[in-house]
Amino acid sequence: MALNSKRRTASAFAGVAVASLALAACSSGSSDPTSSAGGDTDTKDYSKWCDLKSELQGKTVSIYTSIVAPEDAQQKESYKPFEECTGVTIKYEGDKDFEKNLPARAQTGNLPDVAYLPQPGLLKTMVDTGKAQPAAKSVADMVDKNFGADWKKYGTVDDTFYAAPLGANVKSYVWYSPKKFTEKGYAVPKTWDELMTLTAKIAADDAAAKPWCAGFGSGTATGWPGTDWIEDLLLRVADKDTYDKWVEHKIPFNDPKVLEALGKAGAILKDPKFSNGGYGAPNSIATVTFQDGGQPILTGKCYMHRQASFYGTMWPKDTNVAEDGDVWAFYLPSTNDTKPVLGGGEFVATFRDAPEVKAFATYLASADWANAKAKATPTGGWLSANKGLDPANLVSKLDQQSAKILTDPNAIFRFDGSDLMPSSVGAGSFWTEMTNWVNGQDDKTTLDNIEKSWPTS
Amino acid sequence: MSTATPPPVPDQVADAATSAASTAATAVAEAPIVKKGKSAAGNAARAVTSPWASAFAVVMALAWTTPTLGLFVTSFRNQEDIQTSGWWTAFTTPFTLENYATAFNGGSDNGTPLSGFFVNSIVIAIPCVLLPLLLASLAAYAFAWIDFPFRNALFVGVFALQIVPLQIALLPLAQFFQSMGIGGSFWALWLSHSAFALPLAVYLLHNFMKEIPSSLLEAARVDGAGHVRTFFQVLLPLITPALASFGIFQFLWVWNDLLVALTMLGGSPGRSPITMALNQLSGTWGDKWFLTSAGAFISIAVPVAVFLSLQRYFVRGLLAGGTKG
Repeated sequence: MALNSKRRTASAFAGVAVASLALAACSSGSSDPTSSAGGDTDTKDYSKWCDLKSELQGKTVSIYTSIVAPEDAQQKESYKPFEECTGVTIKYEGDKDFEKNLPARAQTGNLPDVAYLPQPGLLKTMVDTGKAQPAAKSVADMVDKNFGADWKKYGTVDDTFYAAPLGANVKSYVWYSPKKFTEKGYAVPKTWDELMTLTAKIAADDAAAKPWCAGFGSGTATGWPGTDWIEDLLLRVADKDTYDKWVEHKIPFNDPKVLEALGKAGAILKDPKFSNGGYGAPNSIATVTFQDGGQPILTGKCYMHRQASFYGTMWPKDTNVAEDGDVWAFYLPSTNDTKPVLGGGEFVATFRDAPEVKAFATYLASADWANAKAKATPTGGWLSANKGLDPANLVSKLDQQSAKILTDPNAIFRFDGSDLMPSSVGAGSFWTEMTNWVNGQDDKTTLDNIEKSWPTS
Repeated sequence: MSTATPPPVPDQVADAATSAASTAATAVAEAPIVKKGKSAAGNAARAVTSPWASAFAVVMALAWTTPTLGLFVTSFRNQEDIQTSGWWTAFTTPFTLENYATAFNGGSDNGTPLSGFFVNSIVIAIPCVLLPLLLASLAAYAFAWIDFPFRNALFVGVFALQIVPLQIALLPLAQFFQSMGIGGSFWALWLSHSAFALPLAVYLLHNFMKEIPSSLLEAARVDGAGHVRTFFQVLLPLITPALASFGIFQFLWVWNDLLVALTMLGGSPGRSPITMALNQLSGTWGDKWFLTSAGAFISIAVPVAVFLSLQRYFVRGLLAGGTKG
């Protein structure tokens, strides 16, 4: 069956091929970077999109995102107010392989009008293809009004503002079981020292369980939950400027501060007394998938699991996610008075220079959209850093808590660093070295290896 | 993750084919098509029927089917059971059809319903089978029975094209279709699948046609039949097993294809084949991963049915083509 096995190999490598095609697209697609970038910014006011009905009626805007069913229904629902009042039709397409396919589609010339980019790094790639359109003035105005400067910066490439922020998620969360905590008389820790004391206390109290559980497994992206650990802790042992410099590689990857952060993570993750609850020795973290990582909390084998707000959707259907329920999340405490928040989000890139596209982009940056989206999300699990978003419109308590964390005046929001680094590190050596680290490689070697892999150009 | 779903079909194919091979090989040795009794096929048949070879085949079959069986058992278990215990302990936990129900019709939270994508897959697969079959059988006839300059060189050229992996041609082809204005349409898929299938199809059918005694064709010519008549009335009925075997082969390939569909169908989600739906089944955050095993079995229902109903031809056709090469 030689013929048959040839076909089988072909399909097995299909995923790899898409990835390499995407890379090919990045490298060869940048021949004409000036074709649209650098053109005059459209200063027309699109903020009253409803008044533009006569101009926009009957037009179509295609949109391409990584959000698939069932979450896409909420997206489509949130466009209705815009569609109804302008007569524009929004053609929605969701694709889980979005990040690989978008650069490929830039190369074949089959780009959507609007795409939600989950990584600022991908925005840079798309700008380099020369196909991304700079944001219209009314989009920029809307973003200035509704978002913090940090967020606008992430949508900017080489001083040109391209993409307005859209949704957001909070990664600085520790999942736990409120019922179990009440039963044992534990309080939610407010400082890092309290957290470590609690960790030691749980380890001493309950021999059948461990205080922490984690899972780094995620197919080809195995290791990414580990990058979040370092980033979260670096924000806690150092200030935000150090973090920014580290992300931009203005200080080396293996800076002493990063080593300190990794050491703090290791004190939890690599101590056999403290992890990996429900799965065994700490090195099991490397093979447990991130979806499974926190599940032992439900069986009482584990007490705490650090993972982003979206982990709320991964509990089995009948789990009560509430402040006094089966599971809930607390803010990963800081080591000092600052309140750093690690998170992620999407950005709205546009690829067609047309009034209906600009009006739609303006709508997406507005408070109207954020509130419409909140109302269209009855199950929760969605959030935005849009200041115009009324927390009362958020259905889930967790989302309200996340919104409170994001808009807290003391909060310092920082984007997930691995999404900002060059992909050979942020989606490469950083992941693999974190996996090696949890498998037993020491802190220094791990950071040195990542530093060595940083592209020189 | 996306590539985790397609393997079951080839596994089944390989398994069914291996188990069928031992019986079919003997059958073929006696079958009228193989005129040379002491030929390669005869030797192969003797080699395959030795006890060691049988034991090897059984071990191979087990090695291929066990993971598939595990996946099958898993598809009937609920999320919590899958997470907490292995599939081999499944008989102590309750079975559920809920995964199948949710994967098939989207469930209560409006996930991706696979039921809506069968039609797309069928609309894609059938022309992708018929088109290369038609073109390849015509080309194979010319290569086998019409004398024209550079025939052998051209044939080697066509055969050599098999070496070129389709992944290399994908993006330029998508670009070309886009500039032709058929990007994202079914035509883009039909044409690209047909093009990728042709080298193997021509080679396979050519070998099969060469096996047909030339006296048959000469007799047809003496009776006044031209090329067209010879092709349709004499050759086509004789090569039915080869056509059927290649047809199944191509159908399975197209049905299970994800890469070509992903590249060619960008921007037209309404035309997605079932493999693309399967790819999205686990949801935006991958939290519905437990549906994918059930989804995989739903999506392979059609190719398995096609294969089982036509597998006689499949094995016979492949073996007959193989003896020549």
